[in-house]
Parts: sequence; C-alpha cells; structure tokens
Amino acid sequence: MIVGRNMFFNFVTKEFKHIFRDVRTLLLVLVMPIIQLLIFGFVISADIKNASFAVLDYSHDVQSNKLVQRLTASGYFKLMGYLKNENDIEKAFRNGDAKLVLIIGEDLATKLERERSAYYQIITDASDPNTASILAGYAQSVIYAFVAENYSSYLRLMPVEIESRMLYNEEMSSAFMFVPGTMVLILMLVTAMMTSISITREKEMGTMEVLLISPLKPWHIVLGKVLPYIGIAFTNVLVIIFMGYTVFHLPLRGNLLLLLALCSLFIILALSLGIFISTVASSQALAMFMSMFALMLPTILLSGFIFPIENMPKVLQWLSLIMPPRWFLSALKTIMIKGQGLMYTINEVLVMLGMAIMFIILSIKKFKVRLE
Amino acid sequence: MSYIEISNLSKSYGKIKALNNVNINVDAGELFGLIGPDGAGKSTLIRIVTTLLLPDSGYVNVLGYNTREDYKKIRGEIGYMPAVFSLYSDLTVQENLDFFAGVFGATVAENYNLIRGVYHMLEPFKNRPAGKLSGGMKQKLALSCALIHRPKVLILDEPTTGVDAVSRRELWELLYDIKHQGITIFVSTAYMDEAKQCDRVALIQKGRVLGVNSPHGFAQMFPHKLYDVYADGIWSFLDKIRALDTCKSAYMFGSNLHYVSTDDAETTETLTNKLHQIGLSGDVDIKQINAGIEDYFIRQLTENAELS
Repeated sequence: MIVGRNMFFNFVTKEFKHIFRDVRTLLLVLVMPIIQLLIFGFVISADIKNASFAVLDYSHDVQSNKLVQRLTASGYFKLMGYLKNENDIEKAFRNGDAKLVLIIGEDLATKLERERSAYYQIITDASDPNTASILAGYAQSVIYAFVAENYSSYLRLMPVEIESRMLYNEEMSSAFMFVPGTMVLILMLVTAMMTSISITREKEMGTMEVLLISPLKPWHIVLGKVLPYIGIAFTNVLVIIFMGYTVFHLPLRGNLLLLLALCSLFIILALSLGIFISTVASSQALAMFMSMFALMLPTILLSGFIFPIENMPKVLQWLSLIMPPRWFLSALKTIMIKGQGLMYTINEVLVMLGMAIMFIILSIKKFKVRLE
Repeated sequence: MSYIEISNLSKSYGKIKALNNVNINVDAGELFGLIGPDGAGKSTLIRIVTTLLLPDSGYVNVLGYNTREDYKKIRGEIGYMPAVFSLYSDLTVQENLDFFAGVFGATVAENYNLIRGVYHMLEPFKNRPAGKLSGGMKQKLALSCALIHRPKVLILDEPTTGVDAVSRRELWELLYDIKHQGITIFVSTAYMDEAKQCDRVALIQKGRVLGVNSPHGFAQMFPHKLYDVYADGIWSFLDKIRALDTCKSAYMFGSNLHYVSTDDAETTETLTNKLHQIGLSGDVDIKQINAGIEDYFIRQLTENAELS
C-alpha cells in the first residue's frame, strides 16, 4: 500500500511529464519569456540614441558651428545635414530624415557677445509625442550648457538656474520600465494562465472524473497541478533578473533575497488566481479567455507597466487598486531600482498577501468534489 | 448483500427528466448490465452511482454507504471507467497504469494477476503513448487502469462503444474473467446483444427502468408467437408485411425478419400464405422460434416510445 505522500509525489511526477513532453508548452513557459524580454528591450525601447536632426543655420559663423558640433557630440543626436530655407523643414520631417530641426538665428556670435541674447528655435516631430518632448529637452539642455561654458560671465544675470535630475534612472533607460513589466506579464502568463488551463484540461479530458473518485484529496490535485509551475515561474524570475542585469544593465540596488521573496509572493498570488479561474471555468478555451481578459489586459493597461497610474481617470485609478500586478510592480520597482528595504513596500506586500489568501479561500470553497 | 442499491432515484436537467424514479439492486458478485439506447439516462445514472453527481430525489447506496453523505468512503473502493477516453494521451501505456495505481494507493505489481488477462494484450505496446493506441486497445488500457487497485465494484460506462466487433467480444470475455475474480461489475451499453453476457439486466429508456431480469427471464416474458422469416429481398416488403392483419410488429434481425403475430392460431402455413399473397415469391423459409432478450427489448422499447 502506498501512503499519501507517495500518492502526491506520483501526481507531481505526472505533471512534469505533461509539461516536458509538450514542446509547445515548453516553448511557451521557458523560451517565450526570454524572447519577450528581448523584444521589449530592443524594439519598444524608448531610449534616445542617435536621433537624426537637421539644422537651418542663418548665422554660419564659428559659434553656430560649435553649437552643432556640441549637439552631435552629445551622443543623443546625429546630424543629417543643413537645410537651405524654411520650406525644407517640413520636407525633412515628412521624409523622416529628421526628428528634430534646430533653427539658429542670424549672427549668433555677435548677438551673444553684444546683446547678451540670441535667437534659436527647436522644432520636433510630435507624431510621436513622448520622443518629441524628450528630444526637445535634450537639445535645450545641450544648448544651455553650451552658452554657459562660452559666456559664463553673463550667467550671473540669469535669475534662476533650473537643473533637473532623473533620480534612480539618470540615463532615462527604459529597461527600468520594461524589465519589471515583462516580469509581471510573464509570471501572470506562466502561473495564472498555465495552471488554469492545465486544471481545466483534466475536466475536459474526463480524467478529472477518475481523479475525483480516487482517494486523492482536492488539495493533492490542486497543489500537484501548480507545483511544477511554481518551479518554472521561479526559473523565469531568475532568468529575467539575470538578463536585465547583464543585457540591459539594470542595476540590482536592493536586497536580492528580498526581491526573490517578493517575486515568490507574487507567484503564489498569481497561482491562486489561476486556481480560482479553473474552479469557475469549465473548459480550456474559457479558462484561456478569462485569463486573457481578466489578467493579461489589466496587467498591461492598468498596472502602471506602460501608462502611469497618476495620469488615468479617477475611475481607472480605483480599478487599478484591485489589480494584483499594480502592487507587485510598485514593490518591485521600490526594491529593485530604488534599493529600499521591506518597510518601504509593506503596504504592497500586505495587499498581495491578503489577495492571495482571499483567492485561495475562494478556490477551496468553489472546488467541486463532484461534476456540478 | 446488495452492493449497489438505487432507490426511487430521480434527476432532472432543467425541464428534461434524465432519470425518473429508478429502482435497481445489484448484488455482490454480479455482472449487472444497464441496457438502453443513447440518451436513456445511463451516463447520468452511472455518475450518480460513482458519487460524481447528486440526485434530485431518492438515494443510492454503494457498499452500504450513501453517495451523498459518505462519498469519501465510496471513492477509492470503486473502479470507474467513464464513457469518454479518460487516460493521458501523452503518457505511455505503462506510465498510465503506474499513475492510476499510484493515485489509488496501489502498485501494479501487487495486483498484476488481476489485470494479467487485459494487460497481456497491451504488453507489446507498453512504451507507446496512450493516444496512439487503437480504439480497442485504449479501452483495454482504461479497463486495466480502472482495475489496478482491485476495487470491490467496477463501474463501466459504455466500454464497448466505438470498438470493433472482435475487441468488443474480447472486452466481454475480460469482464467475465474479472467477475470470476470476485469483483462486482455494473456496466452500461447501448448494444442489446451484449445483454446476454450479463447475469442480470436493467432495461432503461427515457429515464425509466422498463424491467430488471436475467436475460433468460426477459426472453420468457415475451407474450406473442414469434416467427423467423428468410427470403431473398424480404426487406423491400417490410411495409406490406407490417400492414398484415396479424402483424404486431416486424423488424429485420440480421439478414432475417422477425415477425410477431397477434394471432395465437398463427402457424407457419398461414403466415407463408399471407406472405405469398402480398407478392413475396421464391423460397420462403419460415420457422417459429423462442424469443430472445433482444426481441423482448425491441417490443418494450417500441411500446414505451409509443406511450410517451
């Protein structure tokens, strides 16, 4: 006679076989996270490097040449060429030759020297508004620096000097946004969606009928189903942190153990959500649909992954409060990027813990020991 | 002692009455058949017996335990083979067997002699994924898996549906062996000819049990004279034969026709004359026969269908 522990082990072994024999599942849970991270990293990157710009120079003197060189040397901009007149500006934007055009007024050197003022204008292609405003800001700061260096004696005349700093992310690297974001997305997908599908598959295949009449207890079945996915999700966490660190130079400022503990808490939360979905959904298709609409979309749209929560309408801000990824993302950034300790994420941790407990209790209550 | 006791059982899905006041007792050691056409309520009844569904009214006791309150005591003591293929297609034959043994807290080794008859046929394919077996082989594997923990009662939902004739016969031979090892069997089927293999049979249609008896007992309950008729192309005369004045019913039975007469004075001669009169020519081979269980079922099912 086999005792309970071996019965459970027997069940877990079977689950691992299901996962490792199905190439598609394996690709989905182990390879896709890496691809997704790389895609977010390299394709959707919002970092600005070598943005093309054109110059319409009415002065053509030493100082205006220096200014253009200065912009090119900053690394943010790449000079596409000089424009002849104002009519060329729109052409340059339309052809996509330039993202930014700098117009330098007449007699830059003389005016700066004598009148202590000069005329210049920055025009950007705002069909991509984020990039446009970032570019304009960069260009402006380069120009200020240029003026300050060359005419430092006049600087005293400026009443206020504004120097803004991007704390925790001085280079405005978008890795700070998409690495935690991708982590949330992957964990939701692998844990919540895969477990809900794997449990409903047993219902659909009819094997659940046989499992139900066996001496296995409901928690044997559920825990046996999710245990392999805990392992896989944790592997994903390690891979994403490692790749974020090596490929995207994301700093790990906080305590690594604390970070891993936080990820584990979120994995458990996502699993309890997946289990809950599986107790409600009767088929794999329905489970997938529910995971997609109830988990994936809110994760992308309402968690603050892409769109800042502060900019949302009030109703959506309230809605984001019940989205588990929002809390994880916030805590993740606090620990990983700001390097803070547990005390600074205690709210997030408590909310996630509460959510996990709630979903587990709901799932236990909803788990059917019969077919209806 | 009755191992399965079904009492005044009713179950509805919305307005449809799947089971209507069903009463059946299955004794220990019996091979009990539940026979009825598709949609008769067989699967619903079996799922209630296996504790997977709850009845609306009435009760079922299995091994003396109520399926509502004591379902945990019943589970694990029964073996169940659902109507749908319920094994893991991506696991091999051997892995499926080991898994289901393990789930029920048994090992293949300790009960090997029980499944030897079935497993003997599967052994050459033991490393093949279950999804790649033929229909008959799949059912034999499912039977092995349902049996591997030596249940007291084995419950099978249409094990022979979608299986070729040879495998069907083999499966019944296996059930016969299993019964002789002391396991009570409750099996459903839509094939009337399989009723003969059972010790006792319940005939079910539209959620009602039309009778419970042994195959022999059922056959003896047939109230009319029955003739077996063979003639070339007789099926094309079916409508005319049914219009004859003494015809209770007439139906094809294999390549022959079974003619049920309402007239106790009917003889082979009177029937031959009638058939000649409606234009049946050539050699007509007629003999009076004793009704079989299938003749009884056809009569009962037709009458029950006409009533409702």
